[in-house]
Amino acid sequence: MNNMLTSDAATAPPALVPADASRARWRRRARKLAPYAFIAPFFVLFGVFGLFPLLFSIWLSLHQWDAAAGLAAMHWVGLENYKYAVTDPWFAKSLLNTLWFAVASGVPQHLVALPLAFLIHTTLKRSRNFVVGAYFVPYVTSSVAIALIFTTLFSKDFGVINAMLPGPPIDWLGDAFWARITIAFVVFWRYLGWNVVLYLSALQVISGDLYEAATLDGASRWQQFRYIALPLLKPMMFFAITLTLIGNLQLFEEPFILIPPDSGVATSVMTTAMFMYRMAFSDGDFGTASAVSWLLFFIIAALTWGNSRLFGKEGASDVAR
Amino acid sequence: MPSILRALAFAAAALAAASASATTTITVATFPDLDRAAKAALPRWHQAHPDVDVKIVSLQYADHHTAMTTALATGSGLPDVMAIDFKFIGKFAGSGGFEDLNKPPYDAGTLRSQFVGYTFAQATNAAGELAALPADIGPGTLLYRSDLVAKAGLTEADLTKSWESFIAAGVKLKAATGASLLADSEDIVDIVVRSNLPAGEGIYFDRQGKVLVDGPRFVRAFQLGRAAHKAGIDAGTTMWTNEWVAGFRANKIAGQMMGAWLAGHLKNWLAPDTAGKWRSAPLPAGAYASYGGSFYAIPKKAAHKAEAWAFVRFMTADKQSQVDSLRTLDTFPALLAAQQDPVIDEPMPFLGGQKARELWRDIAAKVPSIPVDKYDSMATDVIRAEYQNVITQGKDIPTALADAKSLIAHRARR
Repeated sequence: MNNMLTSDAATAPPALVPADASRARWRRRARKLAPYAFIAPFFVLFGVFGLFPLLFSIWLSLHQWDAAAGLAAMHWVGLENYKYAVTDPWFAKSLLNTLWFAVASGVPQHLVALPLAFLIHTTLKRSRNFVVGAYFVPYVTSSVAIALIFTTLFSKDFGVINAMLPGPPIDWLGDAFWARITIAFVVFWRYLGWNVVLYLSALQVISGDLYEAATLDGASRWQQFRYIALPLLKPMMFFAITLTLIGNLQLFEEPFILIPPDSGVATSVMTTAMFMYRMAFSDGDFGTASAVSWLLFFIIAALTWGNSRLFGKEGASDVAR
Repeated sequence: MPSILRALAFAAAALAAASASATTTITVATFPDLDRAAKAALPRWHQAHPDVDVKIVSLQYADHHTAMTTALATGSGLPDVMAIDFKFIGKFAGSGGFEDLNKPPYDAGTLRSQFVGYTFAQATNAAGELAALPADIGPGTLLYRSDLVAKAGLTEADLTKSWESFIAAGVKLKAATGASLLADSEDIVDIVVRSNLPAGEGIYFDRQGKVLVDGPRFVRAFQLGRAAHKAGIDAGTTMWTNEWVAGFRANKIAGQMMGAWLAGHLKNWLAPDTAGKWRSAPLPAGAYASYGGSFYAIPKKAAHKAEAWAFVRFMTADKQSQVDSLRTLDTFPALLAAQQDPVIDEPMPFLGGQKARELWRDIAAKVPSIPVDKYDSMATDVIRAEYQNVITQGKDIPTALADAKSLIAHRARR
């Protein structure tokens, strides 16, 4: 398309008769409009599927709306939905669950991913890509497949895990305590590879000279990790932890697919995102669900800001650089 | 060029007009397995209505109800006939998005006496509008493994006399066979809160919308559930999970209280190898309850209401369609005339030759009409969660029910 336009312009005659003049004007206008037409698909799609839902959910959060009753049934309630959500005991409970998951699955992710990435970086040569790929596979696996595999593995009476463990069978998915541990483990397992890849990419940028110099000075492998790799990884740590924070606070898929919604432990593993979903699609209260989603957004924004204040400052600018 | 286009457009429009005058097509939105009943009825429908085509759009259970919620919300993409599962009937009927079938030209009130009584209460909303007609029902029954029960030296009467004898029988059964009489102790809670309701009182709310969950009915339900759990007669599995299915297949779950339609599921896919070993009994302690059921409704925005109404009647109030549904799906008909068909008296091989449908007919006649509230499913979730607190954390029952009451009242503020 672009080619056509430029070649058109190139062959336009310099002197114009009146009929040609209007055609040229039209062509000039077309050339001016063309870039907008080309960029329009993104803006149209973003407007329809990104911006509109965003603004509509703000609007919705200020209304009481039973979706099944139709659009005409919306009526203005102001901030009442927010007040209502905050006073709902399940909201507080879901926030606590979410924070628990964020810590229980998030902290081990980084504590394992950092040394693992260092180990892969320093010891593996030919098999490196294969190993990294293997760790990355869970990240790109479909959640339906994950649900199938893990419900089978963790099955109380027929699962492989209980079959290997001595003692009475543990109800991994039916007991509130174990269900949380299981979910935290699945989240850890799923995103470990992602963090390894992030840290590995940062390690590859660190100059080998530093390690050589340290080796000459007699630094052990541990000292090299502690005093060279770790400080230089700080910007990437900030970035990775921010991603984990945001992802874990929006946690939905793993508990949703592993624990049937009718199960007795469903509320023990209910994250805020699941609470929002339940509000909308089970209780039919889309107004409150929208309010919950905005509350969640503010919490995530606040924690991310706190994270960047805490140890991000120079880290953030390093990543930008 | 434009003239050719214009001619083509004209021809297309003429063609469309011609075909429209010949036949009308109505859209029926439904879900499996219910869609099989509609598909099976189509040949007979076409004989009776050669000028009305039926397009069946079937989505998975959850997708269907989500899609229909969205369609009702936006008022677009609504079918002419909508199938609704019992779980959603309260919410959908309460939305006011459907034709009131009590009013002319439908006058479904005249059909009321032809159907199982409680179904009309289920499909009627707070404004007194009848939103749907019932297609099938789920009379509550106790399905149990007669071979395992006999092995433990027990009889059916031991299971059904009272809840206490049910629990005692469960203990003996577990000791003798290792099998659980219950998948989940919550099943007892579900039934006890549904039984012996004063006429016109809902499960969770009374007529004025007052929350009832701290009443004696709920206390007793929680106590019995906890007693069963403490006695260790439940397998601790949630319905419709792999564990549950495996429990049936491995002879670990010897009883399940559920709608009669579960016998069809057991036969078709849950545990076909256990054929002949199951029996159906009334629920323990003289309880009568219904589990599930399906309905057909006509949205207010439907394009072909007259044809849609004909189809709804054809699927629900037509004896032959109802009997055919029973044969294809093993569902139990909501239409009384269909319950008089000889097929009801046939022995059922899966249930060891028991004429169980006669029993189900009796049960259906005794199930009380319980008004449905649009907050029922929310209240069910809350009660379930609090019951879990009682079982796993040893929370005491009055506190749990008081917490449940305040949360339900909070949620049902509107």
